[in-house]
Amino acid sequence: MTTTEQNIDKKLIAILEQVSDPEIPVLSIMDMGVVRSAIISDGVVQVEITPTYSGCPAMDVIGDDIKKALLDAGYKSQVELILYPAWTTDWITPRGRQALEKYGIAAPLEAQADKDVLLHGKRMVKCTNCGSQNTRLVSQFGSTACKAQFQCDDCQEPFDYFKCLK
Amino acid sequence: MKNENLYNYILGIADNSLILGQRMGELCGHGPNLETDIACTNISLDLFGQVRSYFQYAAKIAGDERSEDDIAMLRKEREYKNVLLVEQPNTNFAYTLGRQFLFDVYHLAFLKELQKSTDLTLSAIANKCVKEVSYHERFSSDWIKRLGDGTEESNAKMQEAINDLWTYTDELFHQTNADKAMLAEGIGVDVTKLKEDYYNRVNAVLEVATLNTPESKWFQKGGKEGIHTEHLGYLLSDLQYMQRTYPNMEW
Repeated sequence: MTTTEQNIDKKLIAILEQVSDPEIPVLSIMDMGVVRSAIISDGVVQVEITPTYSGCPAMDVIGDDIKKALLDAGYKSQVELILYPAWTTDWITPRGRQALEKYGIAAPLEAQADKDVLLHGKRMVKCTNCGSQNTRLVSQFGSTACKAQFQCDDCQEPFDYFKCLK
Repeated sequence: MKNENLYNYILGIADNSLILGQRMGELCGHGPNLETDIACTNISLDLFGQVRSYFQYAAKIAGDERSEDDIAMLRKEREYKNVLLVEQPNTNFAYTLGRQFLFDVYHLAFLKELQKSTDLTLSAIANKCVKEVSYHERFSSDWIKRLGDGTEESNAKMQEAINDLWTYTDELFHQTNADKAMLAEGIGVDVTKLKEDYYNRVNAVLEVATLNTPESKWFQKGGKEGIHTEHLGYLLSDLQYMQRTYPNMEW
C-alpha cells in the first residue's frame, strides 16, 4: 500500500473546496482526492495534484481553476502534477461518494465486487435513479475513461458507474 | 546527450502507446456502435495520457530545446521505435480488437515489471498505467471471446485477423541495445522473460474463444529498430499534419 497522506494547509482547505471537477461539477477536487498537498512557502502556494487517469483531459482545467481560486483569495500559486502515489478511488471522501450518487453516478464498489459486476455480469451496482440492484453492464467504458455504463432493468434508467481503481 | 540509452528506452515504450493510441483514435465516430466507439476512444485517450508522461520525462532527459510535442510530432518514420504490431491498420473490427488484445496482454505484463524499475519516474508512470491497461486487457479479451465464440462469420473473421497479426507478436520480446543497457542498470524490463507467460495467456483466451493458435513460426521484426511496415508512413502523415502545416503550433 502506498502512502495516502495529504499535506494541506488548513487555511487553504475552504478555497480548494470551491474548485470542482469540470466533468463532475458537483464534486469538489478535495472530495475527489486529487489534491495531494498545498503548502504556503515564501508567500506562494505550492499545490500538488494527481490525475485520476493518465489521459484525464480535466487536469489542465483543474490546474487553472486552482490558480484562479487561490488568486481570488490573494495567493499566488504553482501547481504541479505528480504521478506517485497513483490516485485510487479510495481517496474519494464519503461526502464525495454521496455527491456522485446524487449526481447520477454510482460510486465505486470494492475491488472484488467491482470485478464481479464488470467481468461476471453480477447485478450489484445500485441504480442511482430507483435504488434497485437489478442493473446490468452496458459497456466497460462510459462517458469518460473512469466510468462504465450501466442500465437499470427495473426503472430502465441508464447511468454511469465510477469504476474501482486501486 | 548524457543518457541516450534511457532516452531511447523511454521512446521505445512510449511509441507503442502513441501509435496504438492513434490507431484507436481513428475509430472516433466510426465504431460499430456507440458504446464500443466510446470504449475505443477512451482506450486511445488513456494511451495518449501515458505517452505524455513518458515524453515529458524524455524531454527532461534530452535536456535541450526538445519539448514533449517535438518528440511526438517531429520525428521521421525511421526514428519511431514502436513494434510493427501496433501500426497495423484497422482492416476491420476483428483486426482492431485482435491487435489490441495481442498488445494488451504484453503491455500489462510489461508494466507490472516496470513498476519494479529503480528509476522512480518510470515506476511511478507504470504504477499509474497498469491500472488502466488492466481494463484494456479485460475489454479486448472479452471481445476476442465474443467474436471467436460468436457466429460462423465472426469466428472466421476473428481467426483470419489473429492469423495475420500473429507474425508480429514475437517482436515484442526482442531486446534492443537500449533494453540491454537499461536492464543492466536495473531500470529496464527483461522482455525475453515475458514471452512464455504471454503465449500461455493468449492461448488460454483463444481456446475459450474457440479459435486456433496459429502454427506459423515465421515472425516479422524491425519496428524497434525503426524499420516499419508501409502503414506507419500513412499514419504519421495524419498524426503530424497539424505540426507540419503550422509549425510550433500549441493548443
